[in-house]
Amino acid sequence: MTDTAVTPSAFEAAHSDHHAHDTEHKPGFFARWFMSTNHKDIGTLYLIFAIIAGIVGGAISGAMRLELAEPGIQWLPMLSGEEGDAALHFWNVMVTAHGLIMVFFMVMPAMIGGFGNWFVPIMIGAPDMAFPRMNNISFWLTVSGFCSLLLSLFVGPGAGTGWTVYAPLSTYGEPGMSVDFAIFALHLAGAGSILGAINFITTIFNMRAPGMTLHKMPLFVWSVLITAFLLLLALPVLAAAITMLITDRNFGTTFFDPAGGGDPVLYQHLFWFFGHPEVYIMILPGFGMVSHIVATFSRKPVFGYLGMAYAMVAIGVVGFVVWAHHMFTTGLPVDVKMYFTAATMIIAVPTGIKIFSWIATMWGGSISFKTPMVWAIGFIFMFTVGGVTGVVLANGGVDDYMQDTYYVVAHFHYVLSLGAVFSLFAGLYYWFPKMTGKMYNEFLGQLHFWVFFVGVNMLFFPMHFLGLQGMPRRYPDYPDAFATWNSIASHGYEVMVAGMAIFFVNMIWSLAAGKKAGDNPWGAGATTLEWTLSSPPPFHQFETLPKID
Amino acid sequence: MNANLRTASIAAAVVFVMVGLGFASVPLYRVFCQVTGLNGTTQTGSDAPGASGGKITVSFDSNVSPKLAWNFKPEQRSDRIDIGARDMAFFTATNRADHAVTGTATFNVTPAQAGKYFTKIQCFCFTQQTLEPGETMRMPVIYYVDPKIMEDPDTRDVQEITLSYTFYPVDSGKVSG
Repeated sequence: MTDTAVTPSAFEAAHSDHHAHDTEHKPGFFARWFMSTNHKDIGTLYLIFAIIAGIVGGAISGAMRLELAEPGIQWLPMLSGEEGDAALHFWNVMVTAHGLIMVFFMVMPAMIGGFGNWFVPIMIGAPDMAFPRMNNISFWLTVSGFCSLLLSLFVGPGAGTGWTVYAPLSTYGEPGMSVDFAIFALHLAGAGSILGAINFITTIFNMRAPGMTLHKMPLFVWSVLITAFLLLLALPVLAAAITMLITDRNFGTTFFDPAGGGDPVLYQHLFWFFGHPEVYIMILPGFGMVSHIVATFSRKPVFGYLGMAYAMVAIGVVGFVVWAHHMFTTGLPVDVKMYFTAATMIIAVPTGIKIFSWIATMWGGSISFKTPMVWAIGFIFMFTVGGVTGVVLANGGVDDYMQDTYYVVAHFHYVLSLGAVFSLFAGLYYWFPKMTGKMYNEFLGQLHFWVFFVGVNMLFFPMHFLGLQGMPRRYPDYPDAFATWNSIASHGYEVMVAGMAIFFVNMIWSLAAGKKAGDNPWGAGATTLEWTLSSPPPFHQFETLPKID
Repeated sequence: MNANLRTASIAAAVVFVMVGLGFASVPLYRVFCQVTGLNGTTQTGSDAPGASGGKITVSFDSNVSPKLAWNFKPEQRSDRIDIGARDMAFFTATNRADHAVTGTATFNVTPAQAGKYFTKIQCFCFTQQTLEPGETMRMPVIYYVDPKIMEDPDTRDVQEITLSYTFYPVDSGKVSG
């Protein structure tokens, strides 16, 4: 290693000083936040990034709900500054940006980059991630991807392909550089996530403290480990597929163009081979967090620890062989549809094991309904609703009728916007005292939950009715018959935004004036290693490794 | 090599294998369609087994890419044939352009599950076709329907198979990005 010459002196200071105070020597502001190699700082950066991306993605959905509040086209020309078809194209651009931002730049960075980075090393008793510098690269690749996606709005008419980027729309239906930039954004974010996954796998396999066997590992670490494997196996396939899109668009190849012997349906197979594990990538870390929160606030160990861990393994494995349930209307043979219907429904079994184990954890427990707990229970309830509509949609025959209606939109928002996001809020409130050393405001936290809960249900539940009545997704306009429920959904968005306002007030107030949090504000139920450290934890923890027995 | 590098290298190798599989899926998917008849992919063969009693209607459908200035039509809309017997159908193509144009045709059948029983012995779609300005060409396809179609529970109720062609100019793969 000859890189000492380029190491900022800020880093060396930590090593040259006397040993006892090593753990509290932090580099200066720029070195700390822009050249960070500390897993907690990188986790914080990911969380801040996810909140910013979430605001952008949420604002876009606000613009969409505004247009959908009434039948007819009211706002698109004003929002896009264009007329006619160009204004309508802007609708597709918003749909695409909302999907890509929320999936790749909000949920994934928050779940894996944010909470994963913060707590996986601590929970296994490791001083940091295995490759701290690669960790830094992962984060800045994600930021670069986000910038590339935003740039796509300014280098052409905007990418209006949907987050799935289906060929042939994405190959010869969308001229200009916008789609190329959007695809490149996926390349960058994907590369960042793959490096992150390698980092997590190495950390979890090699850096567990003495006595921390795989079967003693906290469930959140299990969930991140499985997520990392899903990323490792799924994202490279997406990378290959979208690279073929790029060459089809720019270099005259015909991977997905029948004129040259290609097949657009192949793109859908490749995309969903990635896309279905991707939905578990977005929810598994949430499962992990909810397990800890339910156990902590029930003052009981989680029910059926091994069953919980291997249920996640099963979800991850089966998640790779169900992808074509996203493609039921592409002309699959009836036997293939039967297989994918049955395989999809099998996923309800390990998912049910998790739901019932959470309930069994609460059963007979000494439950305290603190803010993280109400979010976790909200997660269990809402995720179950989304799971039930998922079982409906898993039927190949039913899906012929339902595909691309608002019923599908309702389904995946219940598992993501009310599932994954609820678990993110649960985790944020749960670990807020640990990460910041300050308590959040309990009243505002509860208020945030109830307002947000009412808002998102008002927003998304009517979409089930709209979908059953046949309202197609991805249109800015609809017949008058759908006006009532769309109006209610748009008002639900307003309630949801009010909930978010309460959240931001709570965050700002708590950071500025929150009560000081002790090492373990949650009491005897919180048993994982992060609660043995100070709040916030020292800059470098576990210089002598903890022993787990 | 220390343990961390070893684990990371294995993980990185998995990534490269999966990227490779992503690209390898292009030829694999083509072979899979040819073998299973997925998406109505037709089969190729050399000898028809001979009439086996049943009858089936074969309809012909023709399409031309907007980028290709050809007229392209089947000579008859449909044909009632003996299952298992060799049959021939003609298509006519005319080049409307003022220069020679080369085209190539993609093809499949509907219903898709009949693809594995629809066997072509000879077809203009196997090769590229060049037409001089104003030239008209008759193009034959020689085919038979495999008698096994009457045994497969997914296809034995099929009364009509539609054979569809779409002609593309040979260089139409190039798109402006």
